[in-house]
Amino acid sequence: MTHKRIKELKVSAIENGTVIDHIPSNAVFQVIRILKLEVFENMVLFATNLESKKYGTKGIIKVSNKFFAPEELNKIALVAPHASIIEIRDYQVASKKIVETPEKIRGIVKCFNPNCVTNHEQVAAIFVVVDKEDTRLKCHYCEKITTRETMVFR
Amino acid sequence: MKNKSLVSINDYSKEEQERILDLAQEFEQEPVQNILKDHVIASLFFEPSTRTRLSFESAVNRLGGKIVGFSEAGSTSVKKGESLRDTILTVANYSDLIVMRNPVEGSARFASEISSVPLINAGDGANQHPTQTLLDLYSIRKTQGSLDNLHIAMVGDLKYGRTIHSLVIALCNFNTTFHLVSPVELKLPSSVKMHIKEKNLAYHQYTEMDEVIPHVDVLYMTRIQRERFSDPLEYERIKNAYNLHRDMIRHTKENFKVLHPLPRVNEININVDNSPKAYYFEQALNGVFVRQALITSILGLK
Repeated sequence: MTHKRIKELKVSAIENGTVIDHIPSNAVFQVIRILKLEVFENMVLFATNLESKKYGTKGIIKVSNKFFAPEELNKIALVAPHASIIEIRDYQVASKKIVETPEKIRGIVKCFNPNCVTNHEQVAAIFVVVDKEDTRLKCHYCEKITTRETMVFR
Repeated sequence: MKNKSLVSINDYSKEEQERILDLAQEFEQEPVQNILKDHVIASLFFEPSTRTRLSFESAVNRLGGKIVGFSEAGSTSVKKGESLRDTILTVANYSDLIVMRNPVEGSARFASEISSVPLINAGDGANQHPTQTLLDLYSIRKTQGSLDNLHIAMVGDLKYGRTIHSLVIALCNFNTTFHLVSPVELKLPSSVKMHIKEKNLAYHQYTEMDEVIPHVDVLYMTRIQRERFSDPLEYERIKNAYNLHRDMIRHTKENFKVLHPLPRVNEININVDNSPKAYYFEQALNGVFVRQALITSILGLK
């Protein structure tokens, strides 16, 4: 209980919007970039290296007056496979769900292989997710594996 | 298999692969037929090739088909900046089937998905070269009588060699025991070993080839490329360690054969060439029959 209270003090509550919790500490800035929050005009609060019972440390992002489309959330799952998405309306939790890594990813991630056809022709990269936990993406075209370390978002 | 493009060896099931091999055997008996006389095959080679291009074209010519195409991108609109998409959409209008080699990886999958006619991948960079795998399977089956339960040694660059990767994956269907001989820095990648493990097959790793030769049915040699080494001295050392010469194959099994996808540099001494155990030039000839089988099968003529 005390823990929770301290955390809430560290990142203040929002009236309406989305809370993205349980982000791995090292992925917070990636999530910010993926959701393009660096050019977002409303209030964005974030914290990282918070204590977490489940994961050791975690990060959290609170975005004011913004609710995300499911395909935007899919992108987060690639770097934060256990993130929970909490929608807040009038300071109350309106809904809470865990993001889910999709089976197939289309057009979000660049294939890391510079010699892949998706980096030469006008064609969206398509990946089959071969490992959801470690985020290993097999390119539908060149068959090379893009990992979290080599992942670049379009 | 009518209209079924072949991009990766896994696009065809074990049964489909065996059907191609059976059909290739028929073409070996009767390589000159007129069954492609009403067909035009596009042969698009965006980068140079000797064996693959000529054996495809020979396969088509011997069956009475016509070929349109090019053997280097320099003489085409690609040089003017035309995209692969536009090239394929255009050529699909002119032909019944496209054979393509392109250095860009994944280009064959992409082309097969936008083309209105079926496509055979004749090599897409370091990715896939499935017709080589089929002709390797054919050569092994022909020399050994069967593909089942063989001991096969693979020697050379097992890390980057695409023919090795596809062949290992294909042989996993036939209860093969693998003997993998390579320098430590060029070992078979774990992503390929995974296929062997999934089928619970045995594999052994070596750095020298001498000890495996007497025990295996097939010795599959590959080229080691200089550019894989950061240290030129290391390349020189390894180049000499992987040089097969006639003395080394004196004591082998009766059915033993040496295969090589070619081109070779110096990994097989020319004094091996006239040994009855050398099979690499016949192997290249088998490429014609396998490609005849594949083309006629995809066009629904066989």
